[in-house]
Amino acid sequence: MSLLDIRNLSVRFQTNDAEVCAVNNVNLSVEAGQTLGIVGESGSGKSQLSFAMMGLLARNGRASGSVVFDGQEILNAKPKVLNSIRAEKMAMIFQDPMTSLNPYMRVADQMAEVLTLHKGIGKREAVAQAVQMLDAVKIPDAKGRVRLYPHEFSGGMRQRVMIAMALLCKPKLLIADEPTTALDVTVQAQIMQLLKELQHDFGMAMILITHDLGVVAGSCERVAVMYGGRIRETGPVRPIFAAPTHPYTQGLLDAIPRVDQTSEELHAIPGQPPNMSRPPSGCAFSPRCPYAREGCDTIDPPLEGFAPEQARACHAPVAEVIARQTRITIDDDQPAADLGDGPAQAIPRGAVAGAGAAGTPSTVEGQQ
Amino acid sequence: MIAFILRRLAVAIPTLLLLIVFSFILMHMAPGGPFTAERALPPQVIANLEAQYGLNDPLWLQIWNYLYNIVVHFDFGPSFVYPDRTVNQLIAAGFPVTLTYGVLSFVSAIVLGVSLGVVAAIWHNSWVDYIAVGISIGAQVLPNFVMAPLLVLVLTLWYGLLPGGGWSFSDPSFWIMPVIALATSYMASIARITRSSMLEVLGSNHIRTARAKGMPEHRVIIRHALKPAMLPVISYLGPVFVSMITGSVVIDMYFSTGGIGKAFVDSALNRDYAVMMGVTILVGALTILFNLIVDVLYAWIDPKIRY
Repeated sequence: MSLLDIRNLSVRFQTNDAEVCAVNNVNLSVEAGQTLGIVGESGSGKSQLSFAMMGLLARNGRASGSVVFDGQEILNAKPKVLNSIRAEKMAMIFQDPMTSLNPYMRVADQMAEVLTLHKGIGKREAVAQAVQMLDAVKIPDAKGRVRLYPHEFSGGMRQRVMIAMALLCKPKLLIADEPTTALDVTVQAQIMQLLKELQHDFGMAMILITHDLGVVAGSCERVAVMYGGRIRETGPVRPIFAAPTHPYTQGLLDAIPRVDQTSEELHAIPGQPPNMSRPPSGCAFSPRCPYAREGCDTIDPPLEGFAPEQARACHAPVAEVIARQTRITIDDDQPAADLGDGPAQAIPRGAVAGAGAAGTPSTVEGQQ
Repeated sequence: MIAFILRRLAVAIPTLLLLIVFSFILMHMAPGGPFTAERALPPQVIANLEAQYGLNDPLWLQIWNYLYNIVVHFDFGPSFVYPDRTVNQLIAAGFPVTLTYGVLSFVSAIVLGVSLGVVAAIWHNSWVDYIAVGISIGAQVLPNFVMAPLLVLVLTLWYGLLPGGGWSFSDPSFWIMPVIALATSYMASIARITRSSMLEVLGSNHIRTARAKGMPEHRVIIRHALKPAMLPVISYLGPVFVSMITGSVVIDMYFSTGGIGKAFVDSALNRDYAVMMGVTILVGALTILFNLIVDVLYAWIDPKIRY
């Protein structure tokens, strides 16, 4: 049995204007010790998927479906059940280490409370273990720094603190929600390396949520590509990166600027990500899809297996997508085309169209 | 931190001096004087009185004498209207009363306001929230000069539960109505500020982290949300205490409590220069003191603030 089994998970947010469907009928599973990458641009629902698992959705969010973790149903479970799993068996590190640590508490107190809560040990012992864990994430002078406040750490160091905090109880599953997005490139590489080592040492499974395909290629065994709240393609990393069978995956891979490419043009996927309060009918990607055909704008294709362990949701035949695996040509009149004009700019690796912080749709109302 | 407090106290001295000089000049610039009465006194009498109080001296000399007496003797001079009483005596009689019901109102406004705001934020958009917001809006639209007669009407005249006025340090039944009347609208403001700042904090990323740690919700709120949510409340509280002291005029009028507020208004109406100055300096000093306390509390809560 899998460590984590997600069945028909949907997440909806009630806003004043409309009901936003952030995640739609997602099925996923993670084996013990395995690494799953979830890829997608901002607003594709990848973060909300993980929040739903942990029971951390915003107040106006509702999750439906089933999440079985370690043999136990945890979706919409009672707070007591969830709290016995959170941090203890399933831990999470968040996108923005600047704001995800409590700025008003010393690192020692923030870390120690995890252990006093779950392991019932004393404060002194808990701080000692926190220092050990800070050593493990390679924070120099951990003993001295544990007394500091988060603002006294650099961004990369803060993310190390987050990681150390998440690993205190040696969880079976670590969910890393864009762990490197807020960090600069050299620090990104260090953090990913660190996560890989720690995962190996502790034998945890990991879900890596990212829009950085390079990170996925470097550290995941399986990948799920999300678009418009649904999984569009899933399978082992190698075949998907070598021969993407979904037009969206293909577009994502094409959008990565490469040093060896002679053309100065940057390739973007034309158009905008869908507005999930008014999703397009049919396949959400069809308005931007170069393979769009009759039926794409009316029938949303189901996720279907087509090779061992590989599945995709697309009306275009696999052979056709693979055969045309060239650059997606961009028409001049399309909004994203102006990206290609002029000299190539320094766009960070993995800066897929519309990269940015994934927000939670919330009710707008007068707060007094 | 100690150095910061000492530095701030050192700055307070020139601030107070400036306050005294400006108030003194403004007060003397206003037309009329303490001996202007409806029935004109004989000019000789007025001349005598003015000579006695030094009002014929040049302004700078009056200010100098006034400051000299304060600094050297801590003497704020005699009252112009009640010649047998000094300002020190008047303040010593009224201030303890004001301070007693002022501090009680302050504390109850904070305790009730913060609890109401926190409860409303936790059960945001539920009936608890609506009731809490309803209470705070109701309390806000009832200013103390409406609240005071209402309380007297209901609690004294209808039910005869509490004395309708007067003051006793030994009998708390005299304290209740002044405290309710003074605290209500401030409690409402504190509740509203707490509610909105608590809502903001509860939606912040570090609260999500705290929840992801598997803490029960009440612990998340007490350990992680309360402190940051208090920051806007604290910055509001400094001025609140001072305006409670000065705003006690209404309380003193309705409940005949004999506090400093009544003395302040009477002195302004009677042009009792010495008492006006005395109360102004007292309020000024309290303002400075409470701003300092707010700053110290800020630094205590937010480690990023270091002086």
